[in-house]
Amino acid sequence: MSRTLYDLVGLAAGVAFILALKGLSHPKTARRGNLIGAFGATLATLVVFFYANPGSSLPLNNLGWILGAMVVGLLVGVPAARKVQMTQMPQLVALFNGVGGGAAALVAIVEYLHLGPKATTAEVVFTVFTVIVGCVSFSGSIITFLKLQELMTTRPVIFPAGRFIIAATLVSVIGVGGWVVSALGTTPLLVLAALSLLFGVLFVLPVGGADVPIVISLLNAFTGLTVAASGYVLDSVLLIIAGTLVGASGTILTRLMAEAMGRSLFGTLFGAFTAKPQDNSGAVEDRPVRSGSPDDVAILLNYARRVVIVPGFGLAVAQAQHTVRELADMMIAKGIDVAYGIHPVAGRMPGHMNVLLAEANVPYEQLAEMDEVNPTFGQTDVAIVIGANDVVNPAAQTSPGCPIYGMPILEVANAANIIFLKRSMRPGFAGIENELLYDPKTMLLFGDAKASLTKVVSALKAL
Amino acid sequence: MEPMAIVSIFVLAVFVGFEVVSKVSSTLHTPLMSGANAIHGVILVGAIIVADHSETNLELGLAVAAIVLATINMVGGFVVTDRMLEMFKGNKK
Repeated sequence: MSRTLYDLVGLAAGVAFILALKGLSHPKTARRGNLIGAFGATLATLVVFFYANPGSSLPLNNLGWILGAMVVGLLVGVPAARKVQMTQMPQLVALFNGVGGGAAALVAIVEYLHLGPKATTAEVVFTVFTVIVGCVSFSGSIITFLKLQELMTTRPVIFPAGRFIIAATLVSVIGVGGWVVSALGTTPLLVLAALSLLFGVLFVLPVGGADVPIVISLLNAFTGLTVAASGYVLDSVLLIIAGTLVGASGTILTRLMAEAMGRSLFGTLFGAFTAKPQDNSGAVEDRPVRSGSPDDVAILLNYARRVVIVPGFGLAVAQAQHTVRELADMMIAKGIDVAYGIHPVAGRMPGHMNVLLAEANVPYEQLAEMDEVNPTFGQTDVAIVIGANDVVNPAAQTSPGCPIYGMPILEVANAANIIFLKRSMRPGFAGIENELLYDPKTMLLFGDAKASLTKVVSALKAL
Repeated sequence: MEPMAIVSIFVLAVFVGFEVVSKVSSTLHTPLMSGANAIHGVILVGAIIVADHSETNLELGLAVAAIVLATINMVGGFVVTDRMLEMFKGNKK
C-alpha cells in the first residue's frame, strides 16, 4: 500500500472520529455516532497491517505477538464492558482511560529506546510529555477507580504538608524531564515514569468522591493529548487528529461537567487544601430524627397532589428502579402529579441516573432536570429522596468550606413533606452530614430501598 | 512531516474538538466522555507500529503490553458506550 493511500485511510478515520463526537452530542444520533467512531477505529487499525513503514516490510515483524496481544486485549475488554453493572460503569470508564494513558506512555518509551541517540530534540520533548502525562493519567485513573469502587475512602485524602509534597513532586517531574531532554538515556526516562506515576496518585488523592467524575474527564483529555504527541513522534496524522480531538473536546466536557456541579476546576483539584476543617461533625450525630413506617409514607402519598421523586445512587445499588416505577405508576393512576427530579450528577457521573432509569423503562417525559423541578418544590406536597444525600444537602448552600459548597442542589427543603429512604444515618458519598435529616418535616424510612419501596407499594394498594 | 503542517493540523483539530461538543445536555455527558475515551484507544495504531520495529526483547515486551492495554481501551470503550446508549434508545418510545 502506498503512503498516500495509507494517509487517506487515516484521514477517513479522523473524519469518522469528528462525526462520532458530533453524533454523541445529540440524543437521537448518539448511538450511531458511537458506531461511526468504532468503524473509524477499526479501519485505522486494519490499515496498519497493510503498510510497510520505512525500513520495515510486510508482513509486519512480530506479527504473531501483535495479533496475540490484540486477542488478549479483546478477551479482557469485551467481557468487562459487556458484564459490568450499569452502577459500576463510571469506574470502568476510568479504568479504560487509565490503560489508554498507560499504553501511550509505553509506546513513547519503546519509541525512545528504539530511536536512541538518533532522536531529534523535538521528538525527545514530545516523548517526555507523553511519558509524564500518560503515567499521570494511568495512576490517577487507578485512584479514581479505587475511590468509585469504594476500595478506599471517598473523602479527600489530605496528609501533612500535602501541597508541598505535591508541588515538590511536580517540580522534580519537570526537572527529570529536562534531564532526559539534555542527557538522553534509559535510566532518566524510567525515573521520569516512576515520578510521574507517583504524581498521578498524589494529584488525585485529595479530590473528594463527588468530584471524581470531573477528574476522570480531565484525565481523559490528558490521554488524548498524549496520543496526539505520540502521533508527532510516530509520524501519524491520524493519531495527531484523534488525540487532539479528544484533548479539546475532553477539556470542554470537563468544564461543562464542572459547571453542572457548580464547581470550578481549580476548586475541584485543590479545594481540599483550602477548605476549613469541619468543626461540627461530632455535635450533630446524637440529635433525634423522625422515622416512620411504610404505612405512614403510604398515607402521606395517598393524600398528596404533587410528588417529586429524587433518585440517587442508593436506588441503583438496591436495584429498586423497577419498584420505584411501580410506585410512580400507582400514584399517577390515583391522579397524583408525579415527576422525577434528576440532579445533573445524580449517581456517580453526570447523566448516570438517566442511564439507570432508562434501564427500568421510566418514561422520558417524567424525568425533570434540576432547573425545571427546583421552582416547583414550593407546590410539592411530598418529596421522596431515595438513596440520595449529597444532591439535596443544604450544606452546599449554607456552609462555606464544606467539600460540596457551591454545588447546585435539588431544593427539597421547600416541599411540604420530605421522605428519606435510607439504609442508615451514614453520610453520602462526599462524607458530609445532612442537616435536612433532622428537619421536623422530614420522615425517615430506614432499610434497603427496594424492600422499603415494596412495602410502601403494598401499603398504598391497601388504602 | 513539515512542522508547520503539524501545527496547522493541531490547531484546526483543537477548534473542531471545541465546536463539536460545545452544546451537550448533561444527560449525555457520561456517554460522550466514554465515547471520547474509546477514540483515544486508537493509540493501538501507534502500539502496533512500535511493535513492528521493536528490535530488543525489552522493546517488544513493552510494545506487546501497550497493544493489550490499547485494545482494552478501544474495544471496551466502544462496547460500554454502546451499552449505555442502547438504554437511551429504549426510553424514547
